[in-house]
Amino acid sequence: MAVTKHTLVALVEDRPGALSRVASLFRRRGFNIESIAVGHTETPHLSRMTITVDGATTAVEQVRKQLDKVVDVVKVVDITAENLVARDLALIKVKATPATRGEILQIVDIFRANIVDVASDSIIVEVTGDEDKVDSLFQLLRGFGIKEMARTGRLAMSRGPLGPLQGGGKDAPRGRGRKG
Amino acid sequence: MKLKGAEILCEALLKEGVETIFGFPGGALLPLYDTFPQYPQLRHVLVRHEQGAAHAAEGYARSSGKVGVCLATSGPGATNLVTGIANAYLDSSPMVAITGQVARPFIGKDAFQEVDITGITLPITKHNYMVMAVGDLAQVVQEAFHLARTGRPGPVLIDIPRDVFMEETTVSWPEKVNLSGYKPTLAGHPSQIKRAARAINEATRPVILAGQGVAISGAYDELRALAEQAQIPVITTLLGIGTFPESHVLSFGMLGMHGMAYANMAVDASDLVIAIGMRFDDRATGRVSGFAPKAKVVHIDIDPAEIGKNVRVDVPIVGDVKNVLKVLNKLVESGDRHEWVRQIEDWREEHPALWIRDGDDLIPQFVVRKIYEVTGGDAIIVTGVGQNQMWAAQHFYYDRPGSFISSGGLGTMGFELPAAIGAKIGSPQKTVWCIAGDGGFQMTLQELATAVQDRVAVKIAILNNGFLGMVRQWQELFHNKRYVGTELWGPDFVKLAEAYGIPGLRVTDRVRVTAAIEEAMAHDGPFLIDFKVEPEENVYPMVPPGASLGESMDAPKKRAEAPADSAKLPVSNI
Repeated sequence: MAVTKHTLVALVEDRPGALSRVASLFRRRGFNIESIAVGHTETPHLSRMTITVDGATTAVEQVRKQLDKVVDVVKVVDITAENLVARDLALIKVKATPATRGEILQIVDIFRANIVDVASDSIIVEVTGDEDKVDSLFQLLRGFGIKEMARTGRLAMSRGPLGPLQGGGKDAPRGRGRKG
Repeated sequence: MKLKGAEILCEALLKEGVETIFGFPGGALLPLYDTFPQYPQLRHVLVRHEQGAAHAAEGYARSSGKVGVCLATSGPGATNLVTGIANAYLDSSPMVAITGQVARPFIGKDAFQEVDITGITLPITKHNYMVMAVGDLAQVVQEAFHLARTGRPGPVLIDIPRDVFMEETTVSWPEKVNLSGYKPTLAGHPSQIKRAARAINEATRPVILAGQGVAISGAYDELRALAEQAQIPVITTLLGIGTFPESHVLSFGMLGMHGMAYANMAVDASDLVIAIGMRFDDRATGRVSGFAPKAKVVHIDIDPAEIGKNVRVDVPIVGDVKNVLKVLNKLVESGDRHEWVRQIEDWREEHPALWIRDGDDLIPQFVVRKIYEVTGGDAIIVTGVGQNQMWAAQHFYYDRPGSFISSGGLGTMGFELPAAIGAKIGSPQKTVWCIAGDGGFQMTLQELATAVQDRVAVKIAILNNGFLGMVRQWQELFHNKRYVGTELWGPDFVKLAEAYGIPGLRVTDRVRVTAAIEEAMAHDGPFLIDFKVEPEENVYPMVPPGASLGESMDAPKKRAEAPADSAKLPVSNI
């Protein structure tokens, strides 16, 4: 089966309005974005956005090119075809009674997740991994009753020595700093 | 030496070569207007509504090739610019829009005349700025002009709070623009250009589709060289009109919904489409799935996001049209395609789209043709949107880039008069005719006062049919002639002109058309002619909505012969 989920990484000038420019673009062009994660990078004044797009419903190449036209976007690369490390982090607050707590702890242990808060009738589980792992843990904990969940969306990085300004996806030569 | 923000802005505008600003003052702009007397080199044209300022700036930009500048105060002044900014965005016109903003301590407080204009214009500007420190102003202005005029041009907005105009600083002028996220690709990829040349050399039925990118890039000579060398018929988009001389034997007019039937048939039958500086707008392509079904597509455009957006492309070339054509022309072999050219000529014989029927009735096509004859084609035509626009595109012959100025992408009624004023100011030595409909003219006619006060000698031809004609035409053809909301009462335009101090004439029959146009041309100043034309004249040829270019309809021989099944035609994307 062809991979339809694409991962785009955009390096964006850390200016007021940069995020709303990107968000506005997605809305206006009708792009369907599955997740977007934003944070600082190794370079001051640059933010990194990791965007996942379902290629079955959205023309990913158009997303990449339109993103690249945003003046605050310094570079955008589709890293889907690369050897990736992709991680999602979730905090899950799950109901825990004295009777169920032991079982929950076992599951958490199997998933190499962490307990980061314990209250009288609930605990907060912190899990990091690819989306499938987070999804599976969520499904298993669901039976106990989930009170709250927060997820970051995918963060991704290519394996190997190259940084984001040197590496690139399959279309990197056309994707570098090209504006219209 | 310390300068106030308002002075820095004026100095920066002068550094960018600005001579004219179309504006309207207001509270947030008072400190700036107070500074204007220090800078008499900057001509301020006072409009009557800020939308007029934006359209005038665009008309100015398109007639002069320079960046158009418009200026409005905060709140309603800024929102009134929005239509004009969107128009410039869709038509890739270089524009810098400057808005006043409430003072910094009031931002976010819903202060008097506060509006989030950078938020509002986010999707309709190439980029926008809010200047929160006077020290940023010089650099922002420089970047804004650089963005507006380079790459694919477009509007850039600068929002400046009132107190930033008054704050003083020691200004340091930046050496050059350094935007790490903005580097337009100017040279085309050599191997793609080679592939394009090979495709052209192998093609037996190629067509060139020339768009406004040819004009923006200044590639008039290069386009002509390519067409002549390889004997390729040239068809233009609406905004591509004038990029190839329409008197040339290889010119076959405009394609699209109201394009020439033979141009549309040529695209439909072609084996290679060479699209140059155009973006496959739906009004140009007809039904996309039926567009040029037998053709390979070479697409040259400076904006990579345009390639593959609407139409599948076989040979993409990202770059400045002039640069690309210079290289391409060296690789293209001279060709003899007279059979293909003759085929299109035959289609032209069979479908004489531009025939003007005989009779005494005053038809709009006749008026446009007479304006062409009297001016000898040496004029800038600025149109409204709708039937008047299509007749102006069809029945005047354009030989020069910049001679046809029209609202293409956004289709903004009311564009015509303010844009014509801007065009005349941008090219004062040229004759500028504003061809308007009675509907669009009533949207922005307040700018007559601007033409009078600033002595702008625009000539106005109203094709007055008492209808919102294009919508009426669709109601006639696709809604069983139910005219809803399209019958249009209007004032006595001649008296109206008189009230503004503008001489005017009313023309009701063909005999007086030429004399009226000559009188308008002889008058030294603005002049208005109200042509009372046939109320229910239709624009033909027409590709019905949802049909492909090969299904172009000619004008019915008589009105009674309108296609009986027309109401069944598929309707989409009105």
